[in-house]
Amino acid sequence: MAGGGSEDMQWCFSQVKGAIDDDVAEADIISTVEFNHSGELLATGDRGGRVVIFQQEVENKSVPEYRSEYNVYSTFQSHEPEFDYLKSLEIEEKINKIRWLPQKNASQFLLSTNDKTIKLWKISERDKRPEGYNLKEEDGRYINPGNVTSLRVPVFRPMDLMVEASPRRVFSNAHTYHINSISVNSDHETYLSADDLRVNLWNLEINDRSFNIVDIKPANMEDLTEIITAAEFHPNHCHTLVYSSSKGSIRLCDMRASALCDQHTKLFEEPEDPSNRSFFSEIISSISDVKFSHSGRYLMTRDYLTVKIWDLNMENRPIETYQVHEYLRNKMCSLYENDCLFDKFECCWNGNDSVVMTGSYNNFFRMFDRAQRRDATLEASREHNLPLQLLKPRRVCTGGGGGCSKRKKDEISVDSLDFNKKILHTAWHPNDNIIAVATINNLYIFQDKVSDPDSADDLSASDMMCTI
Amino acid sequence: MSSENLDSDTQIDYEDEKQDSQEKNSSPIKSEEAKLKAKYPSLNHKPGGSDFLMKRLQKGPKYFDSGDYNMAKAKMKNKQLPVAGPDKNLVTGDHIPTPQDLPQRKSSLVTSKLAG
Repeated sequence: MAGGGSEDMQWCFSQVKGAIDDDVAEADIISTVEFNHSGELLATGDRGGRVVIFQQEVENKSVPEYRSEYNVYSTFQSHEPEFDYLKSLEIEEKINKIRWLPQKNASQFLLSTNDKTIKLWKISERDKRPEGYNLKEEDGRYINPGNVTSLRVPVFRPMDLMVEASPRRVFSNAHTYHINSISVNSDHETYLSADDLRVNLWNLEINDRSFNIVDIKPANMEDLTEIITAAEFHPNHCHTLVYSSSKGSIRLCDMRASALCDQHTKLFEEPEDPSNRSFFSEIISSISDVKFSHSGRYLMTRDYLTVKIWDLNMENRPIETYQVHEYLRNKMCSLYENDCLFDKFECCWNGNDSVVMTGSYNNFFRMFDRAQRRDATLEASREHNLPLQLLKPRRVCTGGGGGCSKRKKDEISVDSLDFNKKILHTAWHPNDNIIAVATINNLYIFQDKVSDPDSADDLSASDMMCTI
Repeated sequence: MSSENLDSDTQIDYEDEKQDSQEKNSSPIKSEEAKLKAKYPSLNHKPGGSDFLMKRLQKGPKYFDSGDYNMAKAKMKNKQLPVAGPDKNLVTGDHIPTPQDLPQRKSSLVTSKLAG
């Protein structure tokens, strides 16, 4: 960990994307955010089935203060709404997840999925085009072959950069229930897709066949007690995957053990304190996201109120538990009524697994520094949008006895929180302290505060990576 | 059955809570649960039960048929898209249109505002 200073987490505003107006169309609601493996590209998906990809500005990458400038690189319609004629149900075009493939050649590839269909998209650049055809004019009109008196060889000439997205594979008809996760295997050849009751394994090259590897559908649906909420492959072990459940447990499966991984290899579950049991227990213990650490040693899970870190070597309880918004315990009844209790928050690790981040309400997001045992609450808001403006930590006070006695500017009472402003999707650059935070319809990009090189706290470039 | 025992346990807890309602700090969740039960006395007490989960499995409204679905979509589109003005190329009533007369497939979907 870097030395110097008070080591407070300091973040600055960089950019915000999206419309300012409050009247949000359903299609503009952001549903997923994901950096690619180098962090150079940032993809978002929305409820309208569209994908927008931002690219880090090359010229500014070397200037620390402006390295988090991202501009639109490509945008395309990934999925369209469909109608399931058999069940008379709509299939939403909403992009549930985007996962990038590691880069193998000049083009970039990503997988995007809605409830039923996964698509492999190729994003390629075109910066030259052939000119000087013999039978075609530059505007496309055909030349009468009889008028051609001499031949020339067409040549490639530079043109303005064009970024094209084309669907290379469509993986469909493999899921009866709604797809909640996709995860690319470390073998770079296969990937998994998970719905409420099943996990399937695909080969990226083969779209007419997939293997079912987990099936928790009971013979009698009346016996249904839990559903799959998220699934992911281990970052390094191509045979290992995990899936989380609505009951708060995580199962680790080893594909070497058997073709069908219904029998888990490990079961991560924290025993419930029976005195804490309530009507809401099961709902708030449902895991909404599961993420391996980059090292592959740890697992992070998000349930309604907490973020938990698990050591893969210890199944009976998490090694760390962080309270995201404990003050919501007093609001359970109204959160159940307005359905907020079913919100699915995601979580993410920073590049070296020392800090984790997740969203909350009122456009707040939370960061937990595992090593320093510190946490921070920050806000994604249009009120603090000066370039490189420092974000001030926010605080929620629980009114009544212990809280907002003197109403400070950065404090807000629980009763004033806006539950419509939820941050469900966040992403952390794989190698740098740049984060992407999605509010309902805007994408915020923040970067860590760059120290003044002339100040006494002189941090070297490598130290910068560890500071949060 | 174990589930029945659970119900009776929570029933006892609920009555205890009524007496302890002054000390809300002891279990805020329990008092929230009491609030919910007071509001909806007939509420099914099993959020982990199969009925509850099966509702989660099927999301979205069920339509009568594809015609019903398309009508509903059209209604939504009329509300959401900006009005572009009468399409002068639209041929109706005068004569049987030829392929050249018909407009190309309108991109009825707008570009994302994130890219704007």
